[in-house]
Amino acid sequence: MGLAKRIIPCLDVDAGRVVKGVQFVDIRDAGDPVEIAKRYNDAGADEITFLDITASHQERDTTLHTVEQIASQVFIPLTVGGGVRALEDIRNLLNAGADKVAINSAAVHNPEFVREAAERFGSQCIVVAIDAKKVSAESDTNRWEIFTHGGRKPTGLDAVEWARKMTDYGAGEILLTSMDRDGTKNGFDIALTRAISDAVPVPVIASGGVGNLQHLVDGVQQGGADAVLAASIFHFGEYSVQEAKEFMQSAGVEMRLG
Amino acid sequence: MSEVVAVIDYGMGNLHSAGKALEKVANGQTIIITGDPDQVRAADRVVFPGVGAIRDCIAVLKDTGLDQAIRDVAKAGKPLLGICVGMQAMMARSEENNGVDCLGIFDGQVTFFGEQFSDTGARLKVPHMGWNQVQQGMAHPMWAGIDNHARFYFVHSYCVTGLPDEAVAGRCDYGLSFAAAAVQGNVFAVQFHPEKSADAGLTLLENFLRWKP
Repeated sequence: MGLAKRIIPCLDVDAGRVVKGVQFVDIRDAGDPVEIAKRYNDAGADEITFLDITASHQERDTTLHTVEQIASQVFIPLTVGGGVRALEDIRNLLNAGADKVAINSAAVHNPEFVREAAERFGSQCIVVAIDAKKVSAESDTNRWEIFTHGGRKPTGLDAVEWARKMTDYGAGEILLTSMDRDGTKNGFDIALTRAISDAVPVPVIASGGVGNLQHLVDGVQQGGADAVLAASIFHFGEYSVQEAKEFMQSAGVEMRLG
Repeated sequence: MSEVVAVIDYGMGNLHSAGKALEKVANGQTIIITGDPDQVRAADRVVFPGVGAIRDCIAVLKDTGLDQAIRDVAKAGKPLLGICVGMQAMMARSEENNGVDCLGIFDGQVTFFGEQFSDTGARLKVPHMGWNQVQQGMAHPMWAGIDNHARFYFVHSYCVTGLPDEAVAGRCDYGLSFAAAAVQGNVFAVQFHPEKSADAGLTLLENFLRWKP
């Protein structure tokens, strides 16, 4: 017995409203991130990740207000990502009640930002989000590159080297999304997950592609992930978090069960 | 007059979480978040949360006089709860940041996890992050209503070792066995985050608000 693997539902939030629809039975307001976060908490989620996709800067205050409301009602860890570009953004999110912040493209544009953030706030609250895409041919050795702008813009950065560099700079956790698998429901990119997990000393959250519960097990057992993140399989009520945890536990993965 | 519970603010931690969780379980107590040593001394109960690096934490405590206020609360016999870096700061010394002398309330050391391996030989990730089980070392009012081996949320790269057995209120295993909870009279300290540990954590905080050491 020991440390449990984590299940992390992810909410995409735009100007204080959950988008991509969450379809719980009997939920009063499917767009309210606070209510949805509470539901996931009650369902046994180990953490919640909140991805802020608000485009306009003015509406950032809405995000902080939402984080504050979630943090005053949900007593499990909350990670907030999206648009984190300055130390000020991190301080505001932590003050609002976020436990961790995820830095994505700002790390690519300025890797030193991650170092400064980790020194200032501690590695424990700095997550670096990595969006990777396979760039090698099927017959070649696997190679993945970092992409920005939702997977449209290549950066030339090797994903494994980048992950290692980010943890050297102080990232306390890596949120790894396969842009090839995201939205496909074909399962995580296991080779990518394994390559990154073996390369870094910090926990890795696998993301992108979950379509069924076996995929979650595979991410942990084959990919070596410490946590699995999923959105749609939970949002649309295909599976509950509790079902997912029981399935994983029966497959031999240590979980926190109610 | 209602009891006052002071949550120590030394300008570094995410105090919102600890404060909100205490408010959630409070039963008539007033929760204040303060960096004023006199308010800390005057409170009926004190919570000392913490995140970040120990060197900065101790430096700020010394600059503000909060270090002495915390020692005074410990001596005055009032219930005092240390959380995470707050627990570590209560030890004699930490090896983080090339070695830092801490408050010395407990006779323990804070050491790096180092390279630890699981039973199956896999290298364990550091920080130790997530829900791990706490084996209660003793019956204690702070554990009331909490199952032995209940899971709490941890996130830390350094851990407390070297405490005398009677001060270890709970243990956790992560490659090595470390003190997940320490107790000494009116002082209780936890390495995990009760304010982020769902029902088990809220129960512990509720127990703290009722605790009469």
